[in-house]
Amino acid sequence: MHPFTYTRVSDTREALNAGRGGGRYIAGGTTLVDLMRETVEQPETLVDISGLPLREITVAEHGALRIGALVRMAEAAAHPKVRVLYPVISEALELSASAQLRNMATIGGNIMQRTRCTYFRDVTADCNKREPGSGCAALHGFNRSHAILGTSDHCVSTHPSDVAVAFAALEARVHLLGPDGERQVPFADFLLRPGSTPDREQALRRGELITAVEIPALPRPLKSGYLKVRDRQSYEFALTSAAVALHVRGGVIREARIAAGGVGTVPWKLPEVEQQLIGERPSESLWASAAAKAADGARALQHNRFKVELLKRTVERQLRIVGGTK
Amino acid sequence: MSTELPESAVPPPTGADESSSAPSRRTFIATSTAVGGVVVAGGVFAGTVLADPEEASAAEKPPSSRVSLTVNGTRRTVTVDNRTSLLDLLREHFELTGSKKGCNAGACGACTVLIDGQRHNACLTLAVRLEDAEVTTVEGLADGDQLHPLQQAFIDQDAFQCGYCTPGQIVSGVGCIKEGHTNSPEEIREWMSGNICRCGCYVKIVRAVEQTAGRK
Ligand SMILES: Cc1cc2nc3c(=O)[nH]c(=O)nc-3n(C[C@H](O)[C@H](O)[C@H](O)COP(=O)(O)OP(=O)(O)OC[C@H]3O[C@@H](n4cnc5c(N)ncnc54)[C@H](O)[C@@H]3O)c2cc1C
Ligand code: FES
Ligand code: FES
Repeated sequence: MHPFTYTRVSDTREALNAGRGGGRYIAGGTTLVDLMRETVEQPETLVDISGLPLREITVAEHGALRIGALVRMAEAAAHPKVRVLYPVISEALELSASAQLRNMATIGGNIMQRTRCTYFRDVTADCNKREPGSGCAALHGFNRSHAILGTSDHCVSTHPSDVAVAFAALEARVHLLGPDGERQVPFADFLLRPGSTPDREQALRRGELITAVEIPALPRPLKSGYLKVRDRQSYEFALTSAAVALHVRGGVIREARIAAGGVGTVPWKLPEVEQQLIGERPSESLWASAAAKAADGARALQHNRFKVELLKRTVERQLRIVGGTK
Repeated sequence: MSTELPESAVPPPTGADESSSAPSRRTFIATSTAVGGVVVAGGVFAGTVLADPEEASAAEKPPSSRVSLTVNGTRRTVTVDNRTSLLDLLREHFELTGSKKGCNAGACGACTVLIDGQRHNACLTLAVRLEDAEVTTVEGLADGDQLHPLQQAFIDQDAFQCGYCTPGQIVSGVGCIKEGHTNSPEEIREWMSGNICRCGCYVKIVRAVEQTAGRK
């Protein structure tokens, strides 16, 4: 690990000053400390933001749910409002990492977490994300866990977060605070596809701080849930996953919010699947025909071809679990 | 009752612990020797072995910070190299070697400790961040000679083979019971999944947690 200076900040102004000066924010530290130890990350200054007042979950007047950036994963998952209004969020969180890590890690840090691609983590391997221009060892390497959607010739790694898949499905907004004030970014624009600049991962400006993630109000009743498929039953990242939220009234699907994880370079929203469902009545054949669209545009690599079929089945199963039949 | 220990300075972490390159067998042995042989009174760890000459220059005057925390009821104030993990602070500077280093990356749970009553991975926790924190390690669970009920349950249920994961399992189990995630063997399994056991003692570990949670 490279040496670094350490400062603790107690208000957002102090944090922004430190951030503008090149300081790196540290929240739970579960991504950052790990990658610093591997020397993948080499910040010169750590700015400890854990004392900032960003640890609340509130319901805004218009019904939107705001989760503060420093809310721990465990706290968000256990929060009564989250459990009742958005089971898809609490399920995604409780299927993430371990109880220990969820006690440490924050919502802001979670959506900022970096890929688990082994070549990215191995500083002796070629990786355009870590070292732009060096190449992508995964493209023709062992790429079983890698992405089939949103990839480029420069990078094929997945975004590993589970709760980010729920946020993508629900069309959350990321609240940011920077030297020039506050702004909001739709979740779909917050995490960036690799293209030819895989080292640019978020639409975050220098020194900007995530203050909250906001879930817009959705029509009620809303049924939702998260399904995660992995190599072992727990404490493992997703091979595929599906976040599904459905609003059914009068026996007809009026709203559908669907995204997939483990398959995309970013959490993968599935608008074609959503479109297939709107205006239809829940049925086995509807789930199957809608889910058949889930892997449209997929580009499989040598070792992850199985994900194409697995993705469709994951989406189909989760549609059935959330939507039932009839 | 909390006792106060004199302040001590902690030199930079050893190369084997913190350098980027995988520790060679030689640096590993060198470090182990230092741990065994050069620990002096007051928690000062002298004779740091630097494995990597590149690290040596960088580490000449590495930024350090003072931090005061309570470990198993004892208040301690130390100056640590900012890079020091809580796990290394406990094991190499406070001589509390119960918490184990398995993966050093959050992926095994061998280093599990309680911080302010909640289970955390000590390997991913920077010591400098623990100002005023209350840390409980496996050494702090027993009441004198009276084992913590979960320690006793691990013996009763024979819930280990090599024992390397056991301190982490026990501390994690204490957290799990406190959180109330013990309503069925399945629930215990899921909420204890952050602790890997290479010897595969899971069935008995679940029984030990069940026994202590009062379910039988
Ligand atoms: C063994 C293991 C298994 C895991 N399994 C899963 C899993 O199954 N599913 C899953 O989703 N995740 C998993 N994770 C990842 C884990 O959830 C993330 O490491 C965690 O959520 C990161 O949050 P943090 O608060 O610890 O972030 P930190 O490590 O503190 O920060 C991460 C990054 O975010 C930046 N940052 C943090 N907060 C802010 C903010 N408010 N504003 C701007 N920038 C900020 C930091 O500068 C840093 O770059 C796993 C991790 C480990 C180690
Ligand atoms: S040593 Fe900390 S989790 Fe493995
Ligand atoms: S008893 Fe050997 S690793 Fe668990």
